Amino acid sequence: MTSINELFSKDIKAINLGLESFCRDLKDQHVPCVQVNWRPPSEGSKLLSILEDENIACKIEKANAEAIDKLLSAQPILIGVGNAGEVIPKMTKKTILHAGPPITWDRMSEPLKGAIIGGLIYEKLADSEAEAVRLAASGEITFEPCHHYNAVGPMAGVVTYSMPVWIVQNKTFGNYSYCTFNEGLGKVLRFGAYSTEVLDRLYWMQNSLAPVIKEALELKGGIDLKTIIAQLLQMGDEGHNRNKAATSLLFRELAPFIVKTKFSDEQKSEVLTFIDKNDHFFLNVSMPACKCSLDPLRDIEYCTVLYTMSRNGTDFGIRMAGTGGEWFTAPCEMVEGLYFPGFDESDANPDLGDSCITETAGIGGFAMATAPAIVQFVGGTPKDAINYTNSMYEITCAENNAYKIPNINFRGVPTGIDMRKVIETRILPVINTGIACNRAGVGQVGAGVVNPPMKCFEDALKFFIKKNNLL
Amino acid sequence: MNLCIDIRKNTYYDSVALMVITKEIKKLPYVNEIIVGMGTELNKELADNLNLSNNEIKSLTPNDFFIAAFASEEEDKAAVKIVNKVNELLNSKNEKSDTEDEYKPNTFNAALKHMKDANMAIISLPGKYAADEARKALKNGLNVMLFSDNVTLEEEIELKMIGRDKGLLVMGPDCGTAIINHVPLCFANVVRKGDIGIVGASGTGTQEVTVLIDKFGAGISQAIGTGGRDLKSAVGGIMMIEGFKALIDDPETKVIVLVSKPPAPEVAKKILDMVSLTNKPVVVDFIGGDREEIESSGAYACISLEDAAYKAAALSKGDTVYDYIGFTQPENEIDLLVEKEMVKFGIEQKYIRALYTGGTLADEAMKLLDKEGYDIYSNIPLKPEFRLKNILKSEMNTCIDLGDDDFTVGKPHPMIDPMGRVERLHQEAEDEEVAIILMDFVIGYGSNVDPAGEMLPQIIAAKKKMESRGKYLCVVGYICGTEADPQNYKEQKEKLEQAGVILMPSNAQAVRYCAKLMKKLNK
Repeated sequence: MTSINELFSKDIKAINLGLESFCRDLKDQHVPCVQVNWRPPSEGSKLLSILEDENIACKIEKANAEAIDKLLSAQPILIGVGNAGEVIPKMTKKTILHAGPPITWDRMSEPLKGAIIGGLIYEKLADSEAEAVRLAASGEITFEPCHHYNAVGPMAGVVTYSMPVWIVQNKTFGNYSYCTFNEGLGKVLRFGAYSTEVLDRLYWMQNSLAPVIKEALELKGGIDLKTIIAQLLQMGDEGHNRNKAATSLLFRELAPFIVKTKFSDEQKSEVLTFIDKNDHFFLNVSMPACKCSLDPLRDIEYCTVLYTMSRNGTDFGIRMAGTGGEWFTAPCEMVEGLYFPGFDESDANPDLGDSCITETAGIGGFAMATAPAIVQFVGGTPKDAINYTNSMYEITCAENNAYKIPNINFRGVPTGIDMRKVIETRILPVINTGIACNRAGVGQVGAGVVNPPMKCFEDALKFFIKKNNLL
Repeated sequence: MNLCIDIRKNTYYDSVALMVITKEIKKLPYVNEIIVGMGTELNKELADNLNLSNNEIKSLTPNDFFIAAFASEEEDKAAVKIVNKVNELLNSKNEKSDTEDEYKPNTFNAALKHMKDANMAIISLPGKYAADEARKALKNGLNVMLFSDNVTLEEEIELKMIGRDKGLLVMGPDCGTAIINHVPLCFANVVRKGDIGIVGASGTGTQEVTVLIDKFGAGISQAIGTGGRDLKSAVGGIMMIEGFKALIDDPETKVIVLVSKPPAPEVAKKILDMVSLTNKPVVVDFIGGDREEIESSGAYACISLEDAAYKAAALSKGDTVYDYIGFTQPENEIDLLVEKEMVKFGIEQKYIRALYTGGTLADEAMKLLDKEGYDIYSNIPLKPEFRLKNILKSEMNTCIDLGDDDFTVGKPHPMIDPMGRVERLHQEAEDEEVAIILMDFVIGYGSNVDPAGEMLPQIIAAKKKMESRGKYLCVVGYICGTEADPQNYKEQKEKLEQAGVILMPSNAQAVRYCAKLMKKLNK
């Protein structure tokens, strides 16, 4: 008997590559069949075969396993609040941190320029827009990515010397990360607004919000963010475009201690109200939690797992564990999305912000399946959202052991983006994101879904091959 | 312009759902500006920016729902329309079916993760990619149905050797038909379950044999395809041999049928030598192959696909085996039918134009007509001297395989899209020397949902055109399919008969009937 005879005694279960009607015909007969959404292999995927050599593949597998170990063992703890200039190493009065990969003033998009103008006025380095623009262009100001300073920032991501920041520590490895406080929606600095109203709010945040929360955190001690992220995923948030549940959870952690601080009742009430009114308050906490969880992956030799994805409104940049601090960049894509009343595609800025650090860590768009309330962004049905998450399992190395999604049988979120898998499957990471207006100061005009450009991954592959002398 | 406002206190809707609704409402021609949202600070500010606000809106809380719009029509009417539309959208049910939402993985490996126990890969990708995917499938222990053509001979040999070593089927390349475990794959018909196992190197050949076995009251255990090149000496019949072995060992199979064009001599020998290894009766239809050689091996030789089906069915049922050369209807009835047609033809009408979608059926037609002494021009001629100078133009007696590469580059196969044959029929009807059109209608899975219906208007038009010139166009057809096929067999038959098409119960009979007409026409 040949094993063809074994087939004769089984039920046919088919995988169909090509004409979809063959798959439909089988399904009509109740024969299980999976249709492959096949596309011809790219040039990049041909290069990939170099990495399939047993010797090198083995090294990569080992390195990636180490990366996943590190990522899954991270323990992000919210430990305090401080001023950027005092707590972020190397920060100077004339340093401005921004989102995304490195960029010069002349190439910056409008919302980022607006936020920098606002930042300069806020720091009293300039007292008018014109002066701020002159100063920004003069070369006196050091522009650096947040990512080079252990920081992350949503949208423009501008961090200046006096701004208060959350301090998060990865207890497992001891490394820190930082992020400013979320200002709410509408006219805000992170979308490039710098009117008096915006600056006044920033000063209030510096003088009231931050001190109150700082003291509350001192009274409480650290807050375990891994636990909160695990819970938010079970409460319908994905941790990027929806932060309602998580903000409430953080509120519950903070409120009893805010009440115990020495500030006036009015100040405490203002702070609690501010948190309560801002559905995205937790975003600026989940981002540094993801950041400090990912940073220990840097410089694992032969590792093809990403530890950074980020955009500055002009370029999208990724960094990979096995290629150290090297950025692989390409022009940002436009966001596919839904717009607030009064706005449309013509108002949209290209993709912006460090917030896709959440996807890099496996939440946000990767955890879309868990956030049925916002599935309209991805096609409209919870099944669409599950498909998004399903497709992310194809480009990641592992399933998270702490962050789980109830409605797909508590599967862990897809974790650890593998450059090789992205190129092989042509599936790009999905990023949930807000859409900034392309005019400074207008604010958010919508929200939607975006992908990194494939070129980033192809360049990472080429660099990896060169760096390890594989050709 | 009018401001229309509708407020619902303490009514919560999700903000993203409302953004989708806003987008939809904005498409209405009479809506200039609209906001549908909850009374959050942001929405109130946006309303204000768009001049859609008033004091009532300013006083809303985030738990209040509101619609504010500028409309170009009378306020009342527009307001009602907008509110109705919003309500409709708020309450609309998602009607997307589950299958549309079905997850489609991007790669074979991802699909395998999705269906860990998959055992069959069906591949119809462009040839240059197909072999890579087939190799992956075999590596992972899946059987392969390789529908694609343009796979190199070297790749075919490599894949089949892997298949042989692993005990897996490699059906193809260029394999259109298989029925495995009673599941029709690609182009195949729904036939009765039974004890006849087939290995076929020809797609439509296998379809014809399985369909006719069903008509003769017997059934199929397995129909394994091999692809047309399997029995060439380079491939050496690897899959025919492996399939044959599997059927010999298969307890469900009592009778074995092998269908192929004449194999390379040494391959034919290898296969015929295997006949003696089994007590199961073996029917061999090496279409036009050497009868004596086949019979000396102990196998039953055949004169047509129908004959192969008949012999297999007879062996399965324990009936007497003889050559099936006649008609299902009594011969005198057929002769009467011939006479009835003969009186309608005009002078100078003498040629047949056979327009086939099934390659093996076309080949069989030419072989049967050749035996009757007719020279048949074709794009796939039996002899090189009868190759059409221009495949787009028929000459004298012509038989075309419209499914051949000549006609299908960049186009779907005519079994799927009959447009090519529709045009060709129109062209043939312009030729006043044409007397007979012969056509196959292959139904079953894979094929067009209504092949008869697609051809019908052109058949009627062609007949009319001939009639208007005082001539008669005789259209002879054969439906290759069963009543259990997804197309409605009965309806296909009725449609064609109503248009005056003479239908025969097998390809061989349809050809033989044409031969009878031709004999008279050429007297």
